[in-house]
Amino acid sequence: MAKQVLVALAGNPNSGKTSIFNALTGARQRVANYPGVTVEKKLGTRTYNGFEITFVDLPGTYSLTTYSIEELIARNFIVEEHPDVVVDIIDASNVERNLYLAIQLMEMNVPLVLAFNMSDVAKQRGLQFDIDKLSELIAAPIVETVGNKAKGIDELLDVIIETAEQGAKHTSGRLNYGNEIEEELAKLTKQIKRPTKVTTKYSKRWLAIKLLENDKEIMAKGFSDGLLEAVDTSRRHLAAIFGDEPEMIIAERRYGFISGACQETVKSTTDLRHDMSDTADAVLTHRVLGLPIFIAMMYLAFQLTFSIGAYPMGWLETFFAWLARSVGGLWPAGAESALRSLLVDGVIGGVGGVIVFLPNILLLFAAIAFLEDSGYMARAAFIMDRIMHKIGLHGKSFIPMLIGFGCSIPAIMATRILENRRNRLTTMLVTPLMSCGARFTIYALIIPAFFAQKWRAPVLWLIYLIGIVLAIVCAKLLRKTLFRGETVPFVIELPPYRMPTARGLLIHTWQRGWMYLKKAGTIILAISIILWAASSYPKPAEERLAQTSEAEAQKIQLQYSVTGRIGAAMEPVIKPLGFDWRIGTALIGAMAAKEVFVSQLGIVYSLGETDQDSDALRAKLQADYTPLQGFCIMLFCLISAPCVATIAVTKREADSWGWALFQFTGLTVMAYVITLVVYQLGSLLIG
Amino acid sequence: MTDDSLKPLSKIEAGRTVKLISIDAGIGLKQHLAAMGILQNAEITVVRNWHCGRIIINVKNTKVVLGRGMAHKIMVR
Repeated sequence: MAKQVLVALAGNPNSGKTSIFNALTGARQRVANYPGVTVEKKLGTRTYNGFEITFVDLPGTYSLTTYSIEELIARNFIVEEHPDVVVDIIDASNVERNLYLAIQLMEMNVPLVLAFNMSDVAKQRGLQFDIDKLSELIAAPIVETVGNKAKGIDELLDVIIETAEQGAKHTSGRLNYGNEIEEELAKLTKQIKRPTKVTTKYSKRWLAIKLLENDKEIMAKGFSDGLLEAVDTSRRHLAAIFGDEPEMIIAERRYGFISGACQETVKSTTDLRHDMSDTADAVLTHRVLGLPIFIAMMYLAFQLTFSIGAYPMGWLETFFAWLARSVGGLWPAGAESALRSLLVDGVIGGVGGVIVFLPNILLLFAAIAFLEDSGYMARAAFIMDRIMHKIGLHGKSFIPMLIGFGCSIPAIMATRILENRRNRLTTMLVTPLMSCGARFTIYALIIPAFFAQKWRAPVLWLIYLIGIVLAIVCAKLLRKTLFRGETVPFVIELPPYRMPTARGLLIHTWQRGWMYLKKAGTIILAISIILWAASSYPKPAEERLAQTSEAEAQKIQLQYSVTGRIGAAMEPVIKPLGFDWRIGTALIGAMAAKEVFVSQLGIVYSLGETDQDSDALRAKLQADYTPLQGFCIMLFCLISAPCVATIAVTKREADSWGWALFQFTGLTVMAYVITLVVYQLGSLLIG
Repeated sequence: MTDDSLKPLSKIEAGRTVKLISIDAGIGLKQHLAAMGILQNAEITVVRNWHCGRIIINVKNTKVVLGRGMAHKIMVR
């Protein structure tokens, strides 16, 4: 049997960690979430020289304090899971800052390997390393790699196995903090009696350092009061000597150690002040040019997603229509069969409804992966922040909201680009207010039915505008109530521009697409079948349908079904909005997908199959409703309950049914109230 | 240009290089900034400052975006 080796990949954000992870594991990756948090846990495997190596890509962090959930996850993984080797990926062109994390790993006594990544860029910048000497100072082997060209990977694997065989190290004393701090550390180390089972996992010196740093997580491990008092005394003593918090002195000493090590081992042969990234930034983050360039980029991404995506989407639709016909053809013509209906209308309709979105989602995520991997996304956030900040959202929230005009499903998935959970949830909840493509079919039916040519464009514009304004108002409200809290102090690194690799793009895109199919697919399918059953059952008695035309029969069936009954039962509730049972029935159908509203309405009017171009349906609508009612229908469809697919995706992305249901009820209640006000006021004014 | 008065980073024009003197923030944030190379005595070059919204700085060879509020609390010379 192959020997098992567990390897954790640590590193700063933008150190090229993902490219190393991809190069090490290829496509053998899976994505999970760390329990209880929405931080992604990426795992991959590789068989090498008779070893079965499992790689865990830890979240990118600058440090191992408890500042962010990512830092805590990375640290806890190392402590709890005891990886055989920790590989710290270091951006070789920015060694000093990157080593700050390495030093902390060294202090944890983990079997450490350093990968000096992007060593080609470092060489271009004229940096030369005395690898052997630096490796000795940090007490860890160093391998030079180029992740996006998969260079140095075999060598890295060799060193990983070598290090794994050697086992744990005693490197925590390498960094001397100077007499004053060392004295206190010695005192604390002596007093640490390993009070609980948990603390045996740490080295005493590391615990002492963390206590001196007032690390909340470690302080809460159940140490004796005596020890905690000693920590307090030590901290006050040090604060008095240095006139600063001990944790800052410790940080400074770490940098001191690094800069000492670098002075001896890193030589800069040329002084490159301006590089490619600076030149690109001069244009892309230009005060005036930045915004139009960003809008153009978004337009391109949008075009790519929805125009190119329309072709495969059309093919898929044709395919599913063909499949439905073929499967339906297995039964003799005219024969009614529950199984046939379940297969054709329920399963094929439901699965088809999920899969037709796949091209859009794949293209969109390819576009987003490109913008992220190239380093542009961080600039876009910087540019948009001036505007988005006023709504209380992050600059990047703009992107999912924009995508929402196409379809809410990829839009909600795109909120992953937001790091802050409060921002992410806010954006997720308001995104359905961006009027999606499916809702356009409803407007396309109704507007020409009720409004004269010259009013059509303004009415459409008004509907979209209402959605945007409501989204802004809701975002502000949410930030002021549920997601209150000071806007997080904003500090983010601008990565240098890089050419994304095809491999990285493919892996990112595929992972997202697969996740969509697997998770959202199962829920959407289940709900589609339920909605199909609700519109098909119970069936009226045969004799009632005997003398009627096919269209008339469809109508009677729908009225008799659960959906029709709910629609009728809803009438008293929706009457104040100007809606009757027909609209109610169509609204229930629209929960499956917004465009179903149109076809359900067609059935209710005994017109058989209809679409948004149906003039017959428009004539019926004109006869039964006023323009005000028509407007209210659109208004309600715009705001109310997003389709089940959106709810399913929100559940998946927020990792909670609570938020999905909150979104559903919140939007529906809001739709009700706003439509009610508009209809009642409108009726009064018009008389 | 020699200007010895203490100023917040948010008031520094683009293109100038200054030295960090102090940060008025909670210890958690200060530690995080330190991990990104933003700590006492660090040399900071201001890359973009539109006097509204975020600013871009260069520290230890890396560009970092800071919120305006943050930049107000970083005193430099």
